[in-house]
Amino acid sequence: MKILSFIAARVAKALLVILGVVVLNFLLIHLAPGDPASIMAGEAASSDPAFVEQLRQQFGLDKPLWQQLALYLKGVLQLDLGYSYRNQLPVLDLIAERLPATLLLMGLAFVFSLGVGVLLGVLAAQSRFTGRRRWLDSAIMSLALLFYATPLFWLSILLVILFSVTLGWLPAFGMSSVGAGLTGWAHVQDVAAHLVLPVVSLGCFFMAVYARLTRASMLEVMGMDFIKTARAKGVPAGQIIRRHVLRNALLPVVTFAGIQLGQMAGGAVLTETVFGWPGIGRLMFDALMQRDYQLLLGVFLVTSIMVVTFNLLTDVVYRLIDPRIDHGAAA
Amino acid sequence: MGLMGVTCAAQAQTAGGVLTAIVQPEPPMLMLGLNQQGPTQYVASKIYQGLLTYDAQLKPLPSLAKAWNISPDNLTYTFELQPGVKWHDGKPFTAADVVFSVDKFLREMHPRARPVINKYLESAKAPSPTTVEFKLKEPFSPFLSAFVVDNMPMVPKHIYEGTDFRTNPANQTPIGTGPFKFKEWKKGSHIVLTKNPDYWKKGQPYLDEIVFRVIPDAASRAVAFEKGDVQVLRGGDVDNVDIKRLKALPGVESTTKGWEMYGPLAFMIFNERKPPFDNVKVRQAVMHAMNRKFIVDNILFGMGKVATGPIASSTMFYDKNVPNFEFNLKKARALIAESGVNVGATPVKLVAFPYGSSWDRLGEYTKQSLEQIGFKVDLVATDAGGWAKRTGDFDFDLTFNFTYQFGDPALGVARHFMSTNIIKGSPFVNNQGYVNKKVDELFTTAAAARQPDLRQKLYSELQQILVQDVALGYLFELEYATLSRGNVKNLVTTGIGLNESFDSVYIQKK
Repeated sequence: MKILSFIAARVAKALLVILGVVVLNFLLIHLAPGDPASIMAGEAASSDPAFVEQLRQQFGLDKPLWQQLALYLKGVLQLDLGYSYRNQLPVLDLIAERLPATLLLMGLAFVFSLGVGVLLGVLAAQSRFTGRRRWLDSAIMSLALLFYATPLFWLSILLVILFSVTLGWLPAFGMSSVGAGLTGWAHVQDVAAHLVLPVVSLGCFFMAVYARLTRASMLEVMGMDFIKTARAKGVPAGQIIRRHVLRNALLPVVTFAGIQLGQMAGGAVLTETVFGWPGIGRLMFDALMQRDYQLLLGVFLVTSIMVVTFNLLTDVVYRLIDPRIDHGAAA
Repeated sequence: MGLMGVTCAAQAQTAGGVLTAIVQPEPPMLMLGLNQQGPTQYVASKIYQGLLTYDAQLKPLPSLAKAWNISPDNLTYTFELQPGVKWHDGKPFTAADVVFSVDKFLREMHPRARPVINKYLESAKAPSPTTVEFKLKEPFSPFLSAFVVDNMPMVPKHIYEGTDFRTNPANQTPIGTGPFKFKEWKKGSHIVLTKNPDYWKKGQPYLDEIVFRVIPDAASRAVAFEKGDVQVLRGGDVDNVDIKRLKALPGVESTTKGWEMYGPLAFMIFNERKPPFDNVKVRQAVMHAMNRKFIVDNILFGMGKVATGPIASSTMFYDKNVPNFEFNLKKARALIAESGVNVGATPVKLVAFPYGSSWDRLGEYTKQSLEQIGFKVDLVATDAGGWAKRTGDFDFDLTFNFTYQFGDPALGVARHFMSTNIIKGSPFVNNQGYVNKKVDELFTTAAAARQPDLRQKLYSELQQILVQDVALGYLFELEYATLSRGNVKNLVTTGIGLNESFDSVYIQKK
């Protein structure tokens, strides 16, 4: 029961946070100079002032700021995220069309970085702990350092040059082969091939973080008395690692996983740009450059809901991994 | 012999195939009457058509109109339309559509066509289903240059009449008369156009489909072309720095033709309302301090040429006999001394032009050049929205812009210099605040003049004045390279280049 009331309290707080995010973003965006009308007029190379004025009226930019905000909030409460005049489509439709692509990319990058990262971390810690194959520890840590230090866009371009241009193994951009008309299994394979490079690019940094974090955390646990006891009792090394060390060492990794899910939206903007991935990150970037206020706020709203949800999940996972953690007492 | 040549050419045009190109940035919509961004023009010009198109010398060619006639008093323009033209939904295209498009739709919606229509068009009539008659209020010679597809696209009356044009659901599924129909738009990924089997030119178009891919990163676009995933690169699709390398790939063709209608010309905008740039000698000094040849060679990687004045060299009425501001720092410093202005007194606010790395370099180069002759310069970074806002509000001392010429100085050039066009809030007007009665008069007379000789004389005089006055700081004419795989034929055939309908483009079978 306790966990349910904990979740309820967290959801209530989360709603307040999201409201704050929307209001703050609304004010921040309007602080930036320029508005969609002037940008659209500029792109149309128009010198007709009536045109700009007409656009402003159309966007409701002639109304006072608080009225625009009130109208927007009222709409959001009715699940109406507004209309993107720029794209001539409702904001909700635009986001719904692009969100799955981003979730797929982020989800796979998350699984990839967490899975591979923890595995590498365990291998490194184990090789150091057992004193055998110490070179493996050094190799993994060097690799992690390299990925940790390489900027995302740089890595992306290197991967494209190597695997797409030189070797020709993988497609360089897009989500599927356009015009191939693939269906069923062939389509899945096609999308999978398109996913490899963006997922690796987006995941490598966090993979490095997890590897280092897992290793450090495991080595710390390995030095503790209960491990010494287990070793003294003659428990096999593999079992010690799995049962005793890893389980205790995973908590900081989970904390960081929660942070990663929140941060990945930012990385997605870059990855989606380089790989022409039709996701929400680029939608956000374009909306910002074009001062498409309603669309931008819509994306902010959806991403903040995502971040809040991930944090909530992290807390629940905490408890599952370590039942000693009592959320009720903390709340 | 001539006949044989024609037959051979006809045989060589093989039907079939998919052409893949790039559209960047992704257009907001494809309804050409409502949106006029470059990417929209590029894609939608295959769906929609205008009455005329224009050759490389900017002379009109038939498109939806097969013939036209101008009355001796220059006030009545009669167009004879192609027979048997159908909209993509099967309804016939008639003179009533033309009247609706020009007199109702574009008069209300099109930011560039609208000023011309409102100022000059008295009436539009359809005496027969294939005849349209425009009557002007006063003579306006460039009227015949205004019928290009991106300026006056024909829109279907039966879909738009009596609706709110902006929110009509049909805007999402454009219906035109062009050789290609709208098929699919996966936002953020690609746009697919497919062959119109009922196209009014028999046997055309040759291509089955055109796919426009959305690839937001310039380096990735270069890779796409290198890999052969796309067969056409339009000017601006990749950075100038990549063009040399891509051009050298085997089987790649390049041309800088097809921009004659637009003749993009870049300039500095001085704020001429206040010191130091209210003084003509200071502006002349700046022109002498800028090594424009250096800019073209090193910042544009050779993709351009030094501009001589406000009219691009590809445009009618260009005159090269104007004062020349050669690169000469001594002269520049002497002019500053002569002007008596203390140019170092307050820093000059130079607002960067936020459209890519070449412009960033140009901003840095300008700062350095000006500081060599005694200015202090604050380079203000900004994004597109910020730039439009500052420039429209005259909140700058110096900035850059470039402009399209639209085939006639009256359409593309006059708007930057007429004192009636000093309008706060818009970035593509007389933002520098240049006021010269003589110039206003000359532009007005030249727009109404009938004889080409007289127009040439007036525009030559204008170019003299505008260059001598440094009304704007003319920098360079931008050259855009179209790169394509060698088996793509007939890509650039007219003065509007890749904004042409592509009805004669074909892919040669190996």
